[in-house]
Amino acid sequence: MVDKITVGYTHLSGCTGCTVALADNYGGLLTLLDKYVDLKYMPTLADARHIQKVDVSFVEGSVCINDKLAVEEIKETREKSTVVVALGGCACYGNITRFSRGGQQNQPAQEAFLPIGDLIKVDVYIPGCAPTPQMIRNVAVMAYLLLKGTKEQKDLATAFLKPLMALPVQGTACGASTACFCDLMTNVIDQGLCMGCGSCAAVCPVRAISMEYGKPNGERDLCIKCGACYAQCPRGFFNTDVIGEYEAINEAIMAALQ
Amino acid sequence: MGAELGKYKSCVSARSTDKELLKHAQDGGIVSSLFAFALDEGIIDGAIVAANKEFYAKYPSKCIQDNSNLDVIEPWRPIPAIVTTKAELIAAAGTKYNLSPNIALLKEATRSFGLDKIGIVGTPCQMQAVRKASLYPFGFRDVNVPLAVGIFCMENFPYQSILQLVEDHAAMKLESVKKMEIGKGKFWVYGKRGQVVQLPLKVTHKYEQPGCHVCLDYVANMADISTGSVGSPDGWSTIFVRSKIGDSVWAKAMAAGCFETQPIEKVKPGLELVTKLANEKITKNKATLDARATFGVGKALRNPYL
Ligand SMILES: Cc1cc2nc3c(=O)[nH]c(=O)nc-3n(C[C@H](O)[C@H](O)[C@H](O)COP(=O)(O)OP(=O)(O)OC[C@H]3O[C@@H](n4cnc5c(N)ncnc54)[C@H](O)[C@@H]3O)c2cc1C
Ligand code: SF4
Ligand code: SF4
Ligand code: SF4
Repeated sequence: MVDKITVGYTHLSGCTGCTVALADNYGGLLTLLDKYVDLKYMPTLADARHIQKVDVSFVEGSVCINDKLAVEEIKETREKSTVVVALGGCACYGNITRFSRGGQQNQPAQEAFLPIGDLIKVDVYIPGCAPTPQMIRNVAVMAYLLLKGTKEQKDLATAFLKPLMALPVQGTACGASTACFCDLMTNVIDQGLCMGCGSCAAVCPVRAISMEYGKPNGERDLCIKCGACYAQCPRGFFNTDVIGEYEAINEAIMAALQ
Repeated sequence: MGAELGKYKSCVSARSTDKELLKHAQDGGIVSSLFAFALDEGIIDGAIVAANKEFYAKYPSKCIQDNSNLDVIEPWRPIPAIVTTKAELIAAAGTKYNLSPNIALLKEATRSFGLDKIGIVGTPCQMQAVRKASLYPFGFRDVNVPLAVGIFCMENFPYQSILQLVEDHAAMKLESVKKMEIGKGKFWVYGKRGQVVQLPLKVTHKYEQPGCHVCLDYVANMADISTGSVGSPDGWSTIFVRSKIGDSVWAKAMAAGCFETQPIEKVKPGLELVTKLANEKITKNKATLDARATFGVGKALRNPYL
C-alpha cells in the first residue's frame, strides 16, 4: 500500500522487553503491519536489520558509549529518520542500565550507558519498563494519523503526542535526562498537586511505591528509574482536550485495528 | 455555564430497590447496586472499592497488599479492595471522607486477582486516572474497565484531617461513628448511639487535601455513570449516564428493576443546585490555578493541565 508510513526499530542496550511488548499486540500488530506500517528494519521481527531512511524510528535501549557501533547506530538513526521515538525507560532515561559498572562478560569494558537523548535530539518519549503493548499501539496509530491522516486526524494526533514530545525537553528532577520517583516528589507532591489516586503505585514495575495513608511513599533504593510513575500520574500531565475525548479516541483506535 | 456538568446522555434521580443494600449505602445505593447487577450479568468480574477495617478483618485476601499499615487499620481509614460478591459490596458501601487510592489496585486487579473485566468506583480525579490509563497506558497493561462509576466530589481529606475533625472538633471517637456526610453546607457526624454533630464547612476547609484545590471536575465527567446526593431528596441520588457503556448498563439495570427513578426536573433541589455547586468549585479552583501562576516573584507553581 502506498500510503503506509515507513518504520524502523533500532535495538541498543535494552532487554528486548520493549520488543516483546510490541509483539504482544498479537493480531493488532499484524493489522498495523498490514495496513499502516511498512517495517523497514528491526533486529528481531524483520529480515532487514540495518538502519534505513524511514518516517519513524523506535529506539529500544540506551547507548553504550564504549561501543562504537552503538554510537554510530544512534547517530545514523537520527540522520535517517524524520521522527525518533525513545521506546521504554532505557532509551528515555537510562533506566536499569544507569546502574551498570561494567565488568560483564563478554564485553567487560562496556560500562557506560546513556539515554539516547544525551546523544541525539529525540522527538517522542514513551517511558515505562516495559511500556505496555497498548501504549505502543496507540503511539503507532497516532504516528500514522500524524503523517497520513486528514486535517482533523492530524490535529488529534498532534494533541495526543504533545505531552510525549514535551517529556524530552522538560527535564526531570534528578537532571535533564534521568527519571526517578523523585519526579513525583519534586513535580507533583512538593508542588501541592498530588490527590492520592494511586496510579503511580500501580504502574511501578518494581513496586517501589506504596500508598501510605493515601499518599505515595517511594522506596528510592528500589527505583530503577523507568519514568512510568511520573508519566502515568494524572497530575504529571493531564491534557483534558484529549483525555476528555477518550471514548471517541479509543473507538477510533479499535476501528483502525479491525 | 454549560460545561460544568460534563457530557451526559441522561440525568435522573434514583434509588436502589434493594432494601437490604440501602441500609448500608451512603445515599441511593447506586454504586453498590450497579456493581451487584454488573457482577450478576457478567459485565464485570469484580470491582475495586474502598473497604475498611471491618472488611479487612473478614476478607483480608481481597485487600490491597502494600506497605500500608494493615496490622493497625484505624476506624474510617479506607483500604482499596476487590469485591466479587454482594456481601462484600455491602461491607464496603458508604462514603469514607478520606483518601482511598483505588487506582493503586487497577493493575493488580488483573494480575493478582485475575479479573478480565474490572469495575471501579472513584472520585472525579480517579476517573481521570482511569481514562489517562486507557489512552496513555504507560504501565497499565491489558487493563480493561467495562464499568467506571464516578462519585461527585467537592474535596477530599487526608486521614489525619478526618481524625482531627471528628475527634477534636466534633468531640467523638472515630470508632463510635456510624456515618459521615457533607450536605446542606455542613459536615455531619452521626454516632452509633444516635448522637449527631454538625460542623460548619468553614471549619473543615483548612483540613482539605491541597491537591483538591486545582481540581476542575465536580460530577465525575469522565465516568461511565456518575452519582452523588446533591440535587436529589434525602435517600435518593442524582445520576448522570455519560458513555455508551454507561447507557447500556443503565438501561439493562433499569429493565431488571434495580432502581426506581424520578425525573430530575421534578425533584428538589434538582439540577440547579448541582450546576451551582459545580460552578462554584470550578471557579474557585481556576482561581487557585491562576494564583499559582504568579505564586512567587516571577516564579510559578506547576500547572498539570498545560
Ligand atoms: C471524598 C468524597 C467527597 C464527596 N463529595 C460529594 C459531594 O460534594 N456531593 C455529592 O453529591 N456527593 C459527594 N460524594 C459522593 C457521596 O458521598 C456518595 O459516595 C455517592 O452518592 C454514592 O452513594 P451510593 O449510596 O450510591 O453508594 P454506596 O452504595 O454507598 O457505595 C459507595 C461506594 O463508594 C466507595 N467509596 C467510599 N469512599 C470512597 C473514597 N474515599 N474514594 C473512593 N471510593 C469510595 C465505597 O467503597 C462504595 O463502593 C463524595 C464522596 C467522597 C468519597
Ligand atoms: S519509582 Fe518505579 S515507576 Fe517510578 S521511576 Fe522508579 S521504578 Fe519507575
Ligand atoms: S499518580 Fe500522582 S496524583 Fe496519583 S497518587 Fe501518585 S503522585 Fe499522587
Ligand atoms: S476534589 Fe478533585 S482532586 Fe480532590 S478528591 Fe475530589 S475529585 Fe479528587
